[in-house]
Formats: sequence, C-alpha cells, structure tokens
Amino acid sequence: MANANSNPAAAGVTPIGLRRRITDHVMTGLAVLTVILVLLPLIAIFGYLVYKGIGSINLAFLTQTPKPVGEAGGGMANAIVGSMLILAIASLLGVPLGIGAGIFLSEYGRNRYGDIVRFVSDVLNGVPSIVIGIVAYGLVVMRQKHFSALAGGVALAIMMVPTIARTTEQMLLLVPQAIREAAYGLGVSRWRTTLSITLRTATSGVITGVMLAFARVAGETAPLLFTAFGNQFWNLKPNQPTAALSLQIFTYAISPFDEWHRQAWAGALVLIILIVGAVAAVRIAVRHGTLAGA
Amino acid sequence: MSNQALPRPRFNAPEPEHGPSERGSKVAPKVEPRTAPLLQGKVSEIPDAFFAAAMRLCGFAVVALLGLIVYQLVIGSHLSWHAFGWKFFGQSDWNPVEDQYGALPFIYGTIISSILALIIAVPLSLGVAVFITEMCPVTLRGILSFLTELLAAIPSVVYGLWAIFILVPVLRQYVQPFLATTLGWTTLFSGPPYGIGMLAAGVILAIMIIPIISSITREVLTVVPQHQREGVLALGATRWEMIRLGVLRNARAGIVGAIILGLGRALGETMAVTMVIGNRPEIAKSLFAPGYTMASVLANEFTEATGDLYLSALIEIGLALFLVTIVVNALARLMVWSVTRGQPARSLA
Amino acid sequence: MGVGINVEHLNAFYGKTQALFDVNIAVAANHATALIGPSGCGKSTFIRCLNRMHETIPEARVEGAVRIGDLGVYNGTSATQLRRRVGMVFQKPNPFPTMSIYDNVAAGLKLNGFRKRKQLDEIVHKSLHSSALWDEVKDHLHKKSGASLSGGQQQRLCIARALAVQPEVLLMDEPCSALDPISTGKIEELIFQLKEQYTIVIVTHNMQQAARVAEFTGFFLLGKMIEFDKTEKIFTNPSDKRTEDYVTGRFG
Repeated sequence: MANANSNPAAAGVTPIGLRRRITDHVMTGLAVLTVILVLLPLIAIFGYLVYKGIGSINLAFLTQTPKPVGEAGGGMANAIVGSMLILAIASLLGVPLGIGAGIFLSEYGRNRYGDIVRFVSDVLNGVPSIVIGIVAYGLVVMRQKHFSALAGGVALAIMMVPTIARTTEQMLLLVPQAIREAAYGLGVSRWRTTLSITLRTATSGVITGVMLAFARVAGETAPLLFTAFGNQFWNLKPNQPTAALSLQIFTYAISPFDEWHRQAWAGALVLIILIVGAVAAVRIAVRHGTLAGA
Repeated sequence: MSNQALPRPRFNAPEPEHGPSERGSKVAPKVEPRTAPLLQGKVSEIPDAFFAAAMRLCGFAVVALLGLIVYQLVIGSHLSWHAFGWKFFGQSDWNPVEDQYGALPFIYGTIISSILALIIAVPLSLGVAVFITEMCPVTLRGILSFLTELLAAIPSVVYGLWAIFILVPVLRQYVQPFLATTLGWTTLFSGPPYGIGMLAAGVILAIMIIPIISSITREVLTVVPQHQREGVLALGATRWEMIRLGVLRNARAGIVGAIILGLGRALGETMAVTMVIGNRPEIAKSLFAPGYTMASVLANEFTEATGDLYLSALIEIGLALFLVTIVVNALARLMVWSVTRGQPARSLA
Repeated sequence: MGVGINVEHLNAFYGKTQALFDVNIAVAANHATALIGPSGCGKSTFIRCLNRMHETIPEARVEGAVRIGDLGVYNGTSATQLRRRVGMVFQKPNPFPTMSIYDNVAAGLKLNGFRKRKQLDEIVHKSLHSSALWDEVKDHLHKKSGASLSGGQQQRLCIARALAVQPEVLLMDEPCSALDPISTGKIEELIFQLKEQYTIVIVTHNMQQAARVAEFTGFFLLGKMIEFDKTEKIFTNPSDKRTEDYVTGRFG
C-alpha cells in the first residue's frame, strides 16, 4: 500500500485518538443515513402505488376500453392486451437472436471477433431507449407509412438482444467443458451438443436472463411513443397502432383529469404486478421443471 | 503427482485390496455381448457448418444492429445537418413555425439535469454501497441489495407518475421555499416555486440512477482483495480509515466508471424527466425554472413533426444523444472492466 | 470385437507449445493398454488424440497418422463419426446433469437421432448390466437424475453411456482418479471384463492399477513415449533407465 506512510494509523502504538474515533462514528452514521434516504423513495413509490392504485383496479378496469373524457368508468383492457401483443412480437424477434448471439459468444466467440461483439452489445445496452424508438420508426413506420404494434415490437426487441446475449453467454460458460466433452465423446455433433446438452443444462439461467430482459422492456414507454403510438380501442393486428399499458399511463398521468389520474395509478400497479408476476412465474416454473438431484 | 507412498508394483505378484480375482461372482459384471452398431450411415458435416454459420450470423447481427442505428440516425439527420451544420448545437432558437432549429436549450437541459442528478445520487449511492459491503451485518446485506435493485425494476413512466403527484408537490411546498430562503442568494434557487422544473427532473433522475451506481460500486468494492483491508487494519486504523484507505482508494477507477455509467443512463432517460421538467426550450439560470432535455423533446415532438426539416432536426438531436451516450458508456465500461477484469457489470440490466 | 490402434509419428500442439513428440505405438485389439507417466507428460493429450478430442481445445492441433482398425482417424473421417466407434470415459464422472439415468445412457443414440423405443430400452438395459450398475438403479431409471448418484456410480453410468453407442475401442482417461478405493475396485473389475470385447486404452497415474488391469504399458515422459512393452516387462525389467527410475519411484 503506497499510502500506508501517510496513514495516521501508522503513527504508532498510541490508542486511537478521540478525533479519529468520532470521525469513524460520524461516517458510519452518514452511511446509515444514506441507506435510509435511498429506501425512503422506494417505500414511498410502492406505498403510493398500492394506496392509489388498488382502489381503482376493478373488473371494469381490466375488461373495458377507455371511456371518453368526462365519463366515469372504463378501463385499460385494450392496453393490457396491446402490451402483451407488443411484448410477444418483441420476444419472438429478440429472444432467438439474443440467445443465438449468446451461443456465438460462448461457443464460437472466444476470440477477437467475440470481443468485438461483446463490446458492441455492452455499448448497445447503454443506447437510450428513445433513440431505439427513432430507429424502429425509420425501419418500420416510415416503410409501412403508419404506426404499428410491429414497430413497437421491433424497438423492444432491439433492446432485449444485448441483455439476453450477455446473460446467455455467461450461463453457457458456467456449463463445465467436461459436459460438452462427454457428448462429443459419444459421437454427438457439435451443434447437437450445443443445443441439447450445453443450452439444455443452462436452461434455467438462460430463461432468467430472458426474463430480465423482458422485465426491462415491459415497462418501456419512450420507444413506443412513435412506434406503437397508442390506441383508444381494441386492436389485435400487428400492423395497426396499438395501445400499451405504459403509453396509457403516460397519457393519463399528464392529462388534467382526476379520473384519468386514478386510472394511471391503477395502470401502474397492474404494470408492476405483471412484471414481477412474469418474472416470478418463470422462476418457479424453471425450478419445478428440473429433475431431483440435478 | 507423487507415487512415493505407493508400494513398488510387481506385475507377477499383484496383491491389491480389490483384485478382480478376489471379487465374488455376486458383483462381477456380466458383460453383455456386443451387437451390431445401431447408428448407421455417414455423419454429414453440413449441419455443423450450418449451425456455426447461423450462430456467427447472430453475433454479427448485434454489430449490424449498432450499424443500423448509426445508419438510420445519420440518414435521418442529413437534412438538418446540411441546413445548420455545427450551428445547430450552438443556437438556442427552436422555432418549428419558422423552421429554425437550434439544439442548445436541450443540450443545456440534458447536461444540467444529469449533473444535478449526479450531485444528489453519487454520495447516496456510495454511502449505500459502502454500508452494504463493509459495514452492515451479513443478514441485512442480501435484503438491502435486493431492495436497492428493486428501484431499478420500476419502469420510468411509473417514476414519472409518482414524481408528478407526490414528489413535485413536496418540492413545491417544502423544499423549494426552504432552498429559496437559505440559498436564494446564489440565484440558482430563485423565481416562483412551480415544483415542476429542472430541480424536479434532477431529483427523479437521481433516484433512478442510484441503483446503477450503487450496485456497480458494490461489485467493484467486493473485488478489492481482503488483504488490502487487513493491511490497513493491521496498522491500527479505524473502520472508516480502513474503508477510505484500503477499499475506496483501490477501487477508485471502478467507482468512477460506475458514476459515469449512471451519467450515461441519466443523459438518455426520457419519460420521468419529460413528465416533470416543464418542457420549455429556454436556458434559465434558476433550477426552479422549467427546462427541456434532448430526450424529452424527442418524446414530445417527434410524432408531431410535420415538416421534413423539423423531423430531421429531431433525429439529429437523437444522433447527438446517441453519440454522447456511446462515448460515455464505452468510457465507463473500460473503467469498470479495468477493475473487475472483463466481467460485465451485470446489474445494468 | 475390438480393433487395434496404430499410431505413427504423432505430434500434438497447444498453440505454439508442443505436447507430444513423434509418438509411435501399436495397441493390440481386445487387450487393455495402460499409459503411465508423471503429470504433464502428455499421456492424457495422447489419449485425446485417439478420438480427436484434442482438437476441441482452441488452437490445439495434431500432426501424424492414427489408424483405428481400418479407419484413418486424421484421414478425412469426421470426428463425430469416429467418436461413435471410440468411446471415452473421463477423469471426473460427467453425467449429463439435467437427464435421468435412462436418458444419460440413451443419450448417445437419442441425440444422434435414434428413436426406436424398444431397441433403446434393450440397449440401456444391456449397457447398465455390462457396467454393473443395473441392480443399483433399476428402480429409478427415469425418476433420478444422473447427477444424483454417487461418484463411483456416476463413473459406471458414464461407462454404460459410452457402451450404449457400441464402440470398438474404449478410451479411459484416469477413470478412477476421483473415486474411492471400493469404487475403483469395481471399475477395475469392469475393465477386466470389458476387454474381452473391447480394445481398452487407459491412462492412469497409479502404477498398481496399470499392473492390475493392463497387458501392455506405455511410459510417457515430457511428451515422448519412452518405452512401450508388455506390462510385466515394464515393471520388472524395463529397458530404459528413465522407465526404471519412474517405476521404482525415483522421481515423479
């Protein structure tokens, strides 16, 4: 330690001075204070979500489409379904590509090309979601000449890929080389080994990574603003503008109507429950799916 | 490998404990006769080559995605770049009616709100990270890390919703009057307390980036070798001195990287900021005044941009935002990698 | 029946480092051949060259000729094809952790597209019998994971798994090094039985084991095959001074 000499503690055998002891206590106190200050908004956010949201979640909210301004009632059913549609499209596009890229990184990318892909996917992870929205707009909306669930799905898929690729890579690398060799030794080809042995062994980890990516994009709003756009009515067609829960929350939150504010809180609570629920459900399913002793 | 302990083997007198001959016939395996191999036919190499090519294509697609993003942004902003050149980033006039576009107010808003967020978030995140890794009892450690990471799972729009209805009124009624009376002379905290404005944006951004900074800092702190701590403690240091000299000093590069990653997230954050910053393209000195960021102007005006030049100007803002976040993120990655040796900062997701 | 193995001028490399130098050997069919030598002498690398497992390591490569029966190992045959005729058992038992006992044994056939249920049942049954594991696992073939067995059972499971593909040659890379003496005894006994029908090459760091199970023994040192002869000759009257030093425990 280069700085050991300047350390007052090195001064000698004298008992630790009062000032140093006080500093120690003060710093510990400050650290505890920061924890409290950080937990405060967390508690406040979840507290208000439940407090404001729970009263507005009812059957109508979950089964009806929005009512025009001024009319009470109505719900976000179309937005909930719209979100699922967009997320399904995103998963359909993003998950295979992400897992494929992850397989490349762990099984074929232990070299300079792999390093480039690794670095690029980490960089992609940091691209602001609104910028991804612009790209999906240019790729899909400009060509189709109208907004669509597909465009929203493309935007979210682009966001899922780097996360899935990197977690898949890590999970596959955790599978011991000996397991791969066991399969090679039986005359199993490399592709078959990768899919049926390596990926199979790492399934629960890979799924966790996918869910992480899913949870991350499930609440995204910015990239949907000018891709999925939103819709006051039912839509199940991938090439039409579609409502999404997060978009609806945004629209309602910045509106001047109390009734809509109430619904925005309810929507936010539903969104959080869906995200947490999806992650939890998959975790449980994965745990029960594996053999005893594995 | 050492065979010293073994008795010298003599082939003609093998008397090991488990010689095959001594085994009772009870356990002796009866090796079944072999039959003709069931697997017939030649193995083709084509599926293997095809699979490898497909996976390489997926890996390449990640790079291609980045290329696609750059391409879309460059093509889209072409018109605006030709019309305004570098002036685009120096002008503060944003007037769609007269087709005059200058991005300065947005750049200003993005930078100020992010810096404000860092000023608030850095001490808090570092405090939490230090507390969790160095001070807190092990039983509490898992719970606290889980709770701080839970903050990262909340969608941006939900932060915005909460900020509009809870944070902004609190700022308006309590925080802003207090800041105005105590620090009003700095002119940073002057003007009418709307609640909504730069300060609110900074605070909500701070809350959002705390989990990133603190979790990566935690990762970095945990890789500081134990002997660095023990070395300082052995000199008779107090716990705080041990943390300052033995831990923080060794993790400096990684912590700076974590902070820059937080900055990268703050720069591009859209929804929550859009909902509370006030969305007025003006450069005001007071933090109470409304502002506008690059991300929020995209969120608000992109779908309304009717003119080609208008749209192009917005895309150019997107390009600028993209380039800045790329540089910031790449820098941060390299700094974090230098400490954690290439393991990716996973908590980013 | 097993087939013989002929190795000529074999050189193996890891990147720029050469691990094997001009190895020549003729392994007799239906016998067990042991390879001994100190750690890092190249005996494991050598055995991994016989089924082209060596080349799965990045930047590893091989020069020279290997023939297994009538098959040229480095002669344009695909590695996958070759490995169906040359089974391998590894140092540490490595059953597929997500598969049941049954699926572990059937893996080699199933993963290669063999789907006939009845024949699969038959071959799993036979292979587990041959590896003396049947009685211990017959009640939970489908219920228990391969990873839930004890170390010795796992290794016998791996042997059954290798036998199920019906190879002619069985390569064993220190199969007992991770096992207790009882399990080691069972495996050795098995080797004794198996060599009636298979050609066995076994790498071992345990000279007693070589003496117990193998008719022929090769001694490796620093990547070179120093001596290859009848096991009895190697242990009692080696012709090379270095072999004598090693088998009498003067180094290694």
